[in-house]
Amino acid sequence: MSDSSQITIALAGNPNAGKTSVFNALTGSRQHVGNYPGVTVDKKEGEAILEGLRVRVVDLPGTYSLTAYSLEELVARNYLIGQRPDVVVDVVDAANLERNLYLTVQLMELGVPLVVCLNMIDVAQARGMQIDVGKLEELLGVPVVPTVGRRGEGVDELLRRAVAVARAAPRWRPLVISYGSDVDQGLAELTAILEGGVPRQGLISARWLALKLLEGDSEVMGQISEDSELGRRVLPVVHRIGEHIRRTLDDDPESVIADYRYGFISAISRQVVTHQREVRLDFSDRVDRLLTHRLFGPLFLLAVLYGAYQFVFWGAEEPVAWLEAGFAWLGGQVSTWLPPGPLRSLLVSGVIDGVGGVLGFVPLIMFMFFVIAVMEDSGYMARVAYLMDRVLRVFGLHGNSVIALIVGGGISGGCAVPGVMATRTLKDPKARLATILVVPFMNCGAKLPVYSVLIAAFFASRQAAVLFVLTLLSWGLALLAARLLRSTILGGEQSPFVMELPPYRAPTFRGLAIHTWERTWQYAKKAGTLILAVSIVMWALMTYPGLDPSARAAWQARIAAAGSPAQRQELEARMAQEELAHTWAGRMGRALSRLTAPLGFDWRTNVALVGGFAAKEVIVSTLGTAYSLGAKAEEESSLARRLAATAGWGPLKAAALMVFVMVYAPCVATVVVIRRETGSWRWPLFSLAYNTILAYLLALVVYQGGRALGLG
Amino acid sequence: MTTTLRHLQPGQKATVVAVNTGGELGRRIRDMGLVPGTPIRVIGRAPLKDPVEIKLRGYNLTLRNNEADHILVEVEEEA
Repeated sequence: MSDSSQITIALAGNPNAGKTSVFNALTGSRQHVGNYPGVTVDKKEGEAILEGLRVRVVDLPGTYSLTAYSLEELVARNYLIGQRPDVVVDVVDAANLERNLYLTVQLMELGVPLVVCLNMIDVAQARGMQIDVGKLEELLGVPVVPTVGRRGEGVDELLRRAVAVARAAPRWRPLVISYGSDVDQGLAELTAILEGGVPRQGLISARWLALKLLEGDSEVMGQISEDSELGRRVLPVVHRIGEHIRRTLDDDPESVIADYRYGFISAISRQVVTHQREVRLDFSDRVDRLLTHRLFGPLFLLAVLYGAYQFVFWGAEEPVAWLEAGFAWLGGQVSTWLPPGPLRSLLVSGVIDGVGGVLGFVPLIMFMFFVIAVMEDSGYMARVAYLMDRVLRVFGLHGNSVIALIVGGGISGGCAVPGVMATRTLKDPKARLATILVVPFMNCGAKLPVYSVLIAAFFASRQAAVLFVLTLLSWGLALLAARLLRSTILGGEQSPFVMELPPYRAPTFRGLAIHTWERTWQYAKKAGTLILAVSIVMWALMTYPGLDPSARAAWQARIAAAGSPAQRQELEARMAQEELAHTWAGRMGRALSRLTAPLGFDWRTNVALVGGFAAKEVIVSTLGTAYSLGAKAEEESSLARRLAATAGWGPLKAAALMVFVMVYAPCVATVVVIRRETGSWRWPLFSLAYNTILAYLLALVVYQGGRALGLG
Repeated sequence: MTTTLRHLQPGQKATVVAVNTGGELGRRIRDMGLVPGTPIRVIGRAPLKDPVEIKLRGYNLTLRNNEADHILVEVEEEA
């Protein structure tokens, strides 16, 4: 069989039905992740091999239904209709047969060539359920293959049956079930009209379109209305039938249809499933009783969140240190090979530091996604949402937002880059966007050196208290900002919370490894290059245009003529300060000083804040250079002493600066990751502007308010 | 006795009588198998009394109290 006629299997199924483990068992490591065109839904593809035949396997998003309400469902449906895979494998949780068959029935109504994968058959048996597979096949009229995806049992047979169906190349044969006489009559009337007027007739059954119209499906409605002729003929009929059903049955057509679907399923289930013993409370329910207990539940959650945070930053500490040391060594090597000059500066400060900056996040992201994979695969993630929902709902966030906020720096020392990426667990698009936009307010690890210099200089006696206040402030600001976003630009109705609480399961090593790896790789591949490019631009801003040659020569002459090493160091530091002042960043700092004067910031502070856009820890070293500390610029204690002794600096200015640093524009890496996660430049640009304006206003309130109270 | 799902206590069993909401929420509730005639049992509530966790069709589902308001149930009397 040639490549052009390669068989494509699409995997459909409910979330938590073990679709991913079946996909992994089918494809092994031959898989990759992409995007569906135009949307940020992951598209996983892989290759299965059956007796030397390569089969393409496409993993559709996990869905409960095939409506037009959620992005995932629409993506899955449009793929089935537009790409027409040779066969669809519907992964069904055997222990949860009835609800899973709801999607199966909808796939059958669409008419796709289908094989049902009766997954987690072992769990069903352990719960005392006996499923008559032969009877189920007979009633559904499609092949049914029992599997245990986690252990790969039955997966070969599944592949064989799926390929057999694909080879037979059946026509799409939509399942016809009765939805009661009123709906059926309406369907027949609509089908007749559509059969006369749909150009794509033959690809999609007219009855399916009629069904969707009666269900009020917005996407199909829109497509029909595009053809104004057809729309004029069809839509009044849809409306009339809907009214008729509402009058006679006192219910919407779509609920009537859903009820009949479940009726159809219940009839099948009764004939197929026998409960050998009634298990009142199974293992999972007993665990749940403990983990969602009124008192113990929240305590355990706190422990898990704290433990997860500790694990991520503890685990990443060593690899990050190795990477830093490695890149420092590389920079040192290049410095010895190349003479001082623009090329050396570009390579060492631009490229090597930039690549180091990109890779420095990799261990963090890896450990964070590992922890998230454990929480997702074990079923605990849904409990986090269950426990936190009541609190976070007030701010328009989702229960699972708490994880992103904590990883982002809710416990001081996090990082917004993995924090923003952690929002992938949120299904509600608006709550997710709001979370992404407020994660940068948290106190990430790179803001801590800035705080620690300023605290050491001006609040030395109350270090812990000030840091605690900063932590509370960041939470308060993040939650209030989320509330504000959700009642303005991200306003509108809340998405339904209605959510499955899957049974607790032990994660498999393979599943964890694949999840962690693919997400980490996506970061390195897609965000990494862009972060590097912007880092180099930032380097250029901080380096050029520098001093003109005559000024440089004059400085060098003075340094050469220095009497003592101390004097020499002093002069070098002053030259560095002068150079910084001449760069584009320095000029921006000066240009902004009029604007920042009400906050108490002079050009030195401004240039440090501009540099902080590259990475927040750069603020400390740039301040050091701006205050001509020379080689000692990196030392926090000497900078703290210098600031404490400088006129114009005081606790009030320090407080205003700390608030500004907490809130203002996220760093390059975060901006790029926001771009990746939201799929457009709109939100990262919004974040830059919104955060900086908010930071300005807050610092203004702190500084001017403090002065009015006579504090500064 | 007929009431809404919000007013059920943990451990109580009931049968769904009607789902009085449409739109996305109504669709979602029905997708999850909460249709008239379905037997349910309340497992518990989150620490702040909201959301509620129920068992139906052999699996566990959670929804907010203000969503549970739309679900009319017939309470099964204690045996």
